[in-house]
Amino acid sequence: MTEPLDPSAAPAGHNADHGLLALYRSLVLIRCSEERLSAMFADGEVPGFIHLSIGQEAVSVGVMAALTAQDTIASTHRGHGHAIAKGLSLDGFFAELLARDTGLCRGRGGSMHVADMSVGMLGANGIVGAGLSIALGSALAHRTQKSGAVAVAFFGDGALAEGLVHECLNMAALWRLPMLFVCENNGWGEFLPTSKQLSFALKDLAAAYRIPHVLVDGNDVAAVAEAAARIVPEVRADGPRIIECMTTRVRGHFEGDAQKYRDADDLAALSERDPLRITATQLVRAGIAEDALASITEEVKARIHAAVEAARAAPGPGFEAALADVYTAAPAGMEAR
Amino acid sequence: MPELRYLKAINLALADAMAADPSVILIGEDVSEAGGAFGASRGLRERFGAERIVDTPISEAAIAGAAVGAALSGLRPVVEIMFMDFTTLVMDAMVNQAAKARFMFGGQSSVPMVLRTPHGGGLGAGPQHSQCLEAWFAHVPGLKVVCPSDPASAYGLLRAAIADPDPVVFVENKALYAMKAEVPAELPIIPLGQAATLREGRDVSIIAYGAAVHTALAAASQLAGEGVEAEILDLRSIQPWDEQAVLRSLAKTHRLVVVHEAVEAFGVGAEIVARMADIGFDELDGPIVRVGAPFMPVPFSKGLETAYLPSAERVVQAVRRTLA
Ligand SMILES: Cc1ncc(C[n+]2csc(CCOP(=O)(O)OP(=O)(O)O)c2C)c(N)n1
Ligand SMILES: [Mg+2]
Repeated sequence: MTEPLDPSAAPAGHNADHGLLALYRSLVLIRCSEERLSAMFADGEVPGFIHLSIGQEAVSVGVMAALTAQDTIASTHRGHGHAIAKGLSLDGFFAELLARDTGLCRGRGGSMHVADMSVGMLGANGIVGAGLSIALGSALAHRTQKSGAVAVAFFGDGALAEGLVHECLNMAALWRLPMLFVCENNGWGEFLPTSKQLSFALKDLAAAYRIPHVLVDGNDVAAVAEAAARIVPEVRADGPRIIECMTTRVRGHFEGDAQKYRDADDLAALSERDPLRITATQLVRAGIAEDALASITEEVKARIHAAVEAARAAPGPGFEAALADVYTAAPAGMEAR
Repeated sequence: MPELRYLKAINLALADAMAADPSVILIGEDVSEAGGAFGASRGLRERFGAERIVDTPISEAAIAGAAVGAALSGLRPVVEIMFMDFTTLVMDAMVNQAAKARFMFGGQSSVPMVLRTPHGGGLGAGPQHSQCLEAWFAHVPGLKVVCPSDPASAYGLLRAAIADPDPVVFVENKALYAMKAEVPAELPIIPLGQAATLREGRDVSIIAYGAAVHTALAAASQLAGEGVEAEILDLRSIQPWDEQAVLRSLAKTHRLVVVHEAVEAFGVGAEIVARMADIGFDELDGPIVRVGAPFMPVPFSKGLETAYLPSAERVVQAVRRTLA
């Protein structure tokens, strides 16, 4: 393997190379990161709440393949995949999840607030729906600055019940902002199927705002990437679009959720729709050796291992530095008291 | 010295900030074509264009959230929320997003935004168009809160707020919009966090901000007739507030009265009083007395509203209590 594994080493977003193999590597990077976190969480090494994106990786990877480093994204509580695919520092990511001073957020944000402004990753978000308005404002900034960049809001199907979503759809459509709405429809909002939470389909809502809506198989990275490659230029040139990705939440709402409320057969059937399996099958059919895929996984695991070890060795955050960062250091005479 | 109205001072500060920095934009309901519900942005659309003076739909939560996203993406948005009562709808954007982004992202980014909003009664606007809710925001680490009392400080503080790297809630008292005062020809920018001594006195310190400053000044004139010399401090900034200036004044007069239009219970005055009872304990020669609104919604009828709002008479009584 000669292509860079460190996402931040790629110049124009992690997935600048749209080849399926590169997308596969990105899927593996997210999956192995999540599995590693799951194991470390079970061991008590990861504090707080973590919401894993296992089963949903293809959404992040496929959409980000169409973005540049200047494009911005706002993410959710289930944001590891978005962050990794956008190309945030993997070392900074693991250090943050392990609450280290070397973490991207210096151990103050954790999983639900991980951000990397240097790659346009404007933050995971602990508030369902809040990322939509942040992406809306980012899109407004892109347009005001005539930067040609787009802003992407990722959100779950559960977020569709938040009133803020209506405000953002309306404003994005009204102002024809360069904003892409990506709904990850996994059928669940916490412990209740969204069929019991929503009285409408996103497609019909989109029609009300006259925002073009596309439904894709969110577990087939080639399909997501194809849709994003087609639609992101439309967003740049013409205004908002919605991509709704039908996908699967494999793990519990958060780690530690035993999912007793889910049907065992349904859960077992999810492996059929595993995004990694779907893409691996396509690659093998296209003539890629299974060994090559296995070596990607090994390589990725080694990279993650290095990030985890570096995080483990790093110091914890200092209280004084945290206290000093509530406000920006102000010019003399303007300190907060 | 030229005369300037409070509202015009706001308008001038917006214009000067926009002329000085192309990343400053103004967004809100009716701010552009109409020039603002109270007229604060009159003429700015003609001068700076509709791209920088942006009329929004009636969507306070998204307006404030978008300001956070825009601030994280290189702009310096100034949001207008028509009445402070409507800030109930921007709470997530201000409290969970704007206030925390810098801290929770490890200092990667500041959120240079200003949320301008008018508070205050006296106009018969009733329970949902008159409230003073600044204490809510002052309670949130990461936010700054400012409330000017006159045209010159409205100009100077708004310029500082827009230049500030952190989110600032800029509270204007709508009863002051029509106030006219002499101002220097060259209006200075006034740093946040500094109080101003508007009147020197030896007998009692009266701390106030916003419209209550004028109530305090009226009380001071009345007290002067009784031989009591009150010192008046205009706090100007509520978060951060000028603790040292208050302590210095207390050390001089040894008596303290705090006045604000907001409800007295759990208010800004409570914080000032608690701090002074701690760090200024040795200086106190009398009880610290607060004057604020009673614990009820702002009423509509003129008679009820007049009885509700802190009056100079109540401030005088408070001073007499602490001097007794
Ligand atoms: C405003 C708000 N309400 C409730 C919650 C608690 N909560 C966290 S995730 C979640 C479900 C969200 O569902 P969805 O948007 O579909 O995302 P998914 O978890 O399925 O990825 C809820 C209710 C929250 N974090 N924020
Ligand atoms: Mg969901």
